[in-house]
Amino acid sequence: MTKAGVSLEEKSQTKTNQPNESIISVQNLTKIFNDFAAVDGISFDVRKGEIFGLLGPNGAGKSTTLRMLSTLARPTKGTATIGGYDIVKNDTDVRKLIGIVSEKMIMYNRLTAKEDLIFFGKLFNIPKDILDKRIDELLELVKLTQWKNSQVGTFSTGMRQRMNVIRALLNMPQVLFLDEPTLGLDPQSSVEIREFIKKLNRENGTTIIITTHMMVEADLLCDRIGIMDHAKIVALDTSTNLKKMISGADTTILDLEIGNLTPPIIEAIRTCKCTDAVTQENSTHLRIIVHGEEAFDSVIDTVREKDGKINSIQSLQPTLEDVFLHITGHQVRDSADQKIPNEMRHRRFGAPAQGRTR
Amino acid sequence: MGVKTLLSHSLRIAWKDLVELFRNRLGLVLLILMPLFMMVMVGFIYPSSGTTATNLPVAIVNEDAGFNNSTIASQAFIMTLQQINSHSSMMALSNASSAADIKSMVQKGDIEGGIIIPSNFTASFATGQQGTLIIVTDQSNPQVSAVIQGTLSAVFTQMGTALAQMNVQNLNPALNSTTSLAVVQPYKITMQGVVAGTPSYFDFIAPGIMAMTVMMSVMTGLPVAISQEKEVGTLDGMMVAPINRLSIILGKTLAQTARGLLQGVVILILAAGLFGVVINGSILLVFALLLLGVFSFVGLGIVITSFAKDQETAQMAMMTLMFPMMFLSGVFFPIQQMPWYMQDISKVLPLTYASQALRKVMVLGAGIPDITTELAVLIGFGIVMTAIAVPVFKRMMTR
Repeated sequence: MTKAGVSLEEKSQTKTNQPNESIISVQNLTKIFNDFAAVDGISFDVRKGEIFGLLGPNGAGKSTTLRMLSTLARPTKGTATIGGYDIVKNDTDVRKLIGIVSEKMIMYNRLTAKEDLIFFGKLFNIPKDILDKRIDELLELVKLTQWKNSQVGTFSTGMRQRMNVIRALLNMPQVLFLDEPTLGLDPQSSVEIREFIKKLNRENGTTIIITTHMMVEADLLCDRIGIMDHAKIVALDTSTNLKKMISGADTTILDLEIGNLTPPIIEAIRTCKCTDAVTQENSTHLRIIVHGEEAFDSVIDTVREKDGKINSIQSLQPTLEDVFLHITGHQVRDSADQKIPNEMRHRRFGAPAQGRTR
Repeated sequence: MGVKTLLSHSLRIAWKDLVELFRNRLGLVLLILMPLFMMVMVGFIYPSSGTTATNLPVAIVNEDAGFNNSTIASQAFIMTLQQINSHSSMMALSNASSAADIKSMVQKGDIEGGIIIPSNFTASFATGQQGTLIIVTDQSNPQVSAVIQGTLSAVFTQMGTALAQMNVQNLNPALNSTTSLAVVQPYKITMQGVVAGTPSYFDFIAPGIMAMTVMMSVMTGLPVAISQEKEVGTLDGMMVAPINRLSIILGKTLAQTARGLLQGVVILILAAGLFGVVINGSILLVFALLLLGVFSFVGLGIVITSFAKDQETAQMAMMTLMFPMMFLSGVFFPIQQMPWYMQDISKVLPLTYASQALRKVMVLGAGIPDITTELAVLIGFGIVMTAIAVPVFKRMMTR
């Protein structure tokens, strides 16, 4: 994890000229449920103003980490500070600094949007005039103004998630925790939420910690990504650097489209000395992993020698999925449907899920 | 954090809960229907002392063979019986042809009991012996047969007295009806309650049900309300706010108390308006007692809350505790009717004291000096439970 420092500097300099001080510092944080370690001695720092992602499969310990950082669960061992306050000893001070968007919708269905926001705002002791103004602004920001006097129970899932997000922003938190914020949303709503998060980060400088099991989402949003698996952080770096870990500068992944693809052509490419692996994707596409400086040229030469007709050639980036596979040796069960409502409904019957309810 | 902010947050949470409650129309209707059903059910099912059973179907058969061609005694008996019954209409009298007929009628369920006048009835009187009457009862329904037995015994005593009076007057014509009665029945019993009016079963159960409803609302409503928010996830929303954890439980308690008191008022109105319960004590004291009951139960509620992980567990815990309390605390049945070991159990249940105190105040018009024992028990129980509950709850909230 020492690599992280160098790479981050490049990135944060291109982004803004924010100071590199850390706002969250986590040391050896551990949570044990009965005999099972949900989070096992993780340590990391989050810098002010960055979007930090915790990526990993279900049950990796992401949500438990977030719950500990947001003072909803007590760590079994280890410490963490947010803005200099200890999450256990100064929990009330920490709460003033943070906002949390849980995967569960935190709102009361029988209250109207405005009443809901007033209720939570008042718990933060925000004076009435300021609160009213802020609620109007936030509702306007997520285009819910016209529904402000409707009961939240009548809202669509997308509207509810937008409510869920602005509720967390009532106290203008310096740090915003988002636990699977796009879970169960359609692509369009997901994009809206992601854009909103980015805007918030860009304009208000809010530090954002997001958990997700969706590789694409982490890739799109996060400045740095911590990959969690089996209660531990197994890698932490920028998306680019993580990908470099497997590819290295020398290896290239090529997507080759050949109009008249024949077995002899594939065989010729396979025997080419720069080729590491060839996979046929469909009748015209090949995915080739090659190495060396002249790899590009020699592949093209080989195809032309066999009278192959190249329609297109493309250099592919390794995905975070490749990275995860490389580091953990197993695949992320990357399906958004795995974790949604069913689990909530059946939770009471299943002991393992308890870790998450706390 | 000051007490003022703690209270203002509590009120905010209570207000939120009540808004939710009042927007749940069906829930609100049920909230009012529940005590109504309970009153009507319990009140009408169990016999009350003021209004005994009326119009019990009873058959009578006269098998009197007579003495010297006269059946004067049995005829006089039937006439007097009908006369008395026409005043009280306790029985719906019908005639049966034989003793066997009465038995088959009871078996069929046409009548609840029967009276048999045996063949030697008049003969016994004429020869200076006691006249025997046979009462047939339905053993499959001991309660009704007890009522019939009681009713008929009362009638027979009355008739026997009248007969004896007549005989005494015959022996000594100097006596009039009053003085002859004094000879036959030297003792007379007059019932006098502490307060005016005839007592009814509603007087007994209304205070009990009120105490139970209000206290159950915190003991059971609280765990259910909090575990529900825990399950839905909204509890997290309150937990991440920089508020004292106690204001969550306090706010919830306030809302549940308000709900319970609302039900209590419904019961009070029903009892007074529909069932003729007269409230002899001070209404203020009644409410003060209900609030004290809430205080004594809230600790227990918080402990259940802390241990019940989800709504289902909370509800089961509620049922487990509610049933023994309902039946052992003298809400529906007087504890004096129970065997001694059950009475001992009921003596450790706070609801016993709450309903007892409430009954004393509402029905008997008692004041604070009359219920000091109950008050002391309720306050003591409340303090002990709260002392246990608060640390347990604080631990639960930050697991």
